[in-house]
This record gives sequence, structure tokens and C-alpha cells, in this order.
Amino acid sequence: MGELISCRNLAFSYEDVDVIKDLSFTISEGDYLCIVGENGSGKSTLTKGLLGLKVPDKGKIIFSDELKRKDIGYLPQQTPAQKDFPASVFEVVLSGRLNSRGLRPFYSKNDKKIALENINRLGIEDLMRRSYRDLSGGQQQRVLLARALCAGRKLLFLDEPVTGLDPIVTEEMYRIIDELNKKENITIVMVSHDITSAVKYATHILHLNFEKSFFGTTKDYKASPLGQYFFGEGKEESDK
Amino acid sequence: MISDIIEMFQNDFMIRALIGGVLVSLCASLLGVSLVLKRYSMIGDGLSHVGFGALAVASAFGSAAPLQVAVPVVIIAAFFLLRLSGNSKVKGDAAIALISTGALAIGITAASVSGLNTDINSYLFGSIIAMDKTDVIFCSVLSAFILVMYVFFYNKIFAVTFDENFAKATGTKAGMYNMVIALLTALTIVVGMKMMGSMLISSLVIFPAVISMRICSRFKTVIITSAAVSVICFLTGLILSYFYSAPTGASIVIVNMIVLLIASFVGTFVKKRR
Repeated sequence: MGELISCRNLAFSYEDVDVIKDLSFTISEGDYLCIVGENGSGKSTLTKGLLGLKVPDKGKIIFSDELKRKDIGYLPQQTPAQKDFPASVFEVVLSGRLNSRGLRPFYSKNDKKIALENINRLGIEDLMRRSYRDLSGGQQQRVLLARALCAGRKLLFLDEPVTGLDPIVTEEMYRIIDELNKKENITIVMVSHDITSAVKYATHILHLNFEKSFFGTTKDYKASPLGQYFFGEGKEESDK
Repeated sequence: MISDIIEMFQNDFMIRALIGGVLVSLCASLLGVSLVLKRYSMIGDGLSHVGFGALAVASAFGSAAPLQVAVPVVIIAAFFLLRLSGNSKVKGDAAIALISTGALAIGITAASVSGLNTDINSYLFGSIIAMDKTDVIFCSVLSAFILVMYVFFYNKIFAVTFDENFAKATGTKAGMYNMVIALLTALTIVVGMKMMGSMLISSLVIFPAVISMRICSRFKTVIITSAAVSVICFLTGLILSYFYSAPTGASIVIVNMIVLLIASFVGTFVKKRR
């Protein structure tokens, strides 16, 4: 399995406070990596770094030659402004194709075909003409996931994809993501609060915990002191 | 009634107002949708004050073409305000208030020290009679440029309006397209300032967008409705102001207000039925 992203000795600070120090890990093709950690442990800062929205203070994020920024699909957390945005589902999904357009102003037939394929893949055909702002939280997440798939097929970056969803929709979302990883061999990087599900689905865990972060396979994580603490005794905490 | 309207457009200045106004209304309403959705409405307002300052200072120094002087000043201000909005150290809304009141103060001072008091009113609240032939040509060329640019960048503008971070993370130059929006907004403000006045031009940006969002649910229909509403309100306002000798800019704003009330009512009614 080829390495897609390799991070070496990363350091990030947020408002002059060091949140991440000397962090190294790799993401390989086909991995399902969950990034977990408490609030303030630097999850969102690291996310921004991996997405190229923030430059690390120290260290390097190296993309392999096969992975371009255009191969990355991203499911961001929703902003308040988006919740009442007047756009149809099709318009939102199609906008995921923008990164392959370059300076050309309009979408091609092929772009529209790809958008439709992803709409079908996520089972939201019946919502296609609906307005994004009239959808439920779970439906909106599916729309954004379809858009992410339009943008890139190699690696999907999911930022807390189940926040605010009810338990049934949450399970459904995890199932879809798992399928994309196993059946279509899309590499998944997910930021999550939900350690229980992270351990259930992910192949690798990156647990950010200030100086003593953990990175390794899920199996090793369960055996590690950090994993034992959160997964063994600290169950109430992980349910958050 | 119709013959009155035909007679009205036999005046040269009315024809000029008609051409200039329709073009400005179109530009403002298209960009307005993005600005309102991105929560940048106040940037338009801030820019119009900067435009006033630039116009007043340019006239005070005896510039023959104050409008052309205002263009680069407002563009620079637009880039600057956009930067500030993305930077958390000075809050965006405070920065806009600082810049707009500052520019207003400089403009008023420059105008009164140089004895241009008569012009101040028309700069602040607009005047269709003040539009001469060169102004109309200047406005038309700029508006045509704005409209072409908007259509060309439409899909990019949608993407950075809906989700800037997604666009950036997946390899779209969101920063550049934000600059495009800022540039086009700055040009629109300058183009519309003479007719609407710097106090009222931002209404042309905000009202049609808010109105169309009340009743439409797709981005493309929002844009088209916004353009249509804007032009219709402009024409109605222009005609009413002619017959009742009311100030044109203010009449257009009042027509927009009435349409907004109706649209809000229709909007809630439609939502309830769904």
C-alpha cells in the first residue's frame, strides 16, 4: 500500500499557544484513520493543516506524487450561514466538480454525469430538486458527502460527520463511509468525538493528547495506555 | 398614464438615467446575493462611504473626472475590508464602521473647505440630473464589464459563496475569487453612486437579494429573480419620482421596501403550505 500523506514532526500553535508538538504519522492508501482527542487537543488545527488552510509552524506535510489536492474530497462542518442557503441539492453537489474546471467557466456534460452518479450512490435522487435549506441535518450531510465525492475520489476528509445527527442517521452515515472505504477503496480520514465508533470502524487511530499522542493501528490503540483509559474505563466520556 | 411615461422619456436626462440605472440595478442585484449570503452586506455600505470620500476629495482638488478617481480608491478599500473580515484581530463590522465614518468625515471636510457645499447633497443622496453623457458611457462600459465577469465566474462565485473552506481545501483558489467579488462590488458601488447617492447605493445591493431569497429556493432562480426585482423596482421608483418630484434614489429604496414586505408575506405563506 502506497503512502499518500506523510507528516513529520509537525508543530502547530493556535493564538500563540502550542497545541501540537512533534507529531508524526502517515496515511496510506485504503486506510481508515480516525483522529480523536479532547476539545482543545488540536483536532481542528491539524485538520486545517492537512487541508492546506494553515501552515505548520514546524515540520512537514508531504503529499505523495499520486495525491493532488484535487484528489481530496472534503466534508466540512457546516457553518450557520449554510443552513439557510438557497441552493438546490443538484447545484450543491455539482459545485464539487469545480476543482477540475480550472479557468473554464461552465460545467461539462461529464461533470453533470458525475454529480448524478454520486447523487445516486448516496440515495438522494428524490431530493435532487429540493432546496438545501429545507433538508434535515442527516440529508444535508449526505448532500455534502456527495459533493465531497465529486471533488476527489482518492481520499475523503470528514470533519465530525455525525455531529448533531440522531442515532439512526448516525449509524447510517457510518455505514456509508465504511462502504466507501471497503468497496471503493477510498482512503478515509475522519475527525471524530465518538471514540467507540472510531474503534469499531477505523483501521488506524490518531489520538491527540498534547505531548503523549498516539498513532497506530486500532488493535495497538486498544492495548495502549491511552486507549485503555478512554476505551476501557472512560466510556461515559467517549459517548459524548 | 402611458402617454405621460412616453413623454417623460423624451427628456434626454431621463434616457440617461434609464440606461445607467438599469445597468447598475442589474450589477448590484447579482453581486448582492453573494454579499448577503456571505454576511458581507455591510462591506457594500462601507465602500459607498469610501466612494463618497474619494469623490469629494477629487472634486475639491478640481479633478475633471472624480468618478474615475474614485474607482481605484474604492477597489483598494474593498480588498482591504475583505482582508479585515477574514482576520479576527479587528472585528470586521468594527473595521467597516471605522473606515466608513472616517471616509465620510474626510469627504465632508474636503468639500466644505473648498466650498463645494452645493454638490454634497447630490453626492450623498444622488441625482439623476447630475448624470451627463460621459458618466453614462463610463457607467455602461463598467456595467457591461461587471456583467460579463459575473457570468464568466458564476460557478466559482457560487462555490466560494456556499463554502469557501471546501473550495480552498479541494484546490480551488478561493482567495482569488473572493478578490473578484470584491473588485466587482467596488466597481458597482462607484458606478451607482452618482445616481443613487453614496448613502443609498448599498440598498440596491441588499434589497433585491433579500427579497428574492424570501421566495426562491434555488441559487440560479434567486439570482434571476434578484435581477428582475431590482430592475422592476428601479423603473417603478424612477417613474414615481418623476411624477411626484421625489428624490429618485429614495423613491427606489421605498419601492424596494414595499416589495420586501410583500415578499416576506408571500414567503411565509408558501412555507406554511409545504
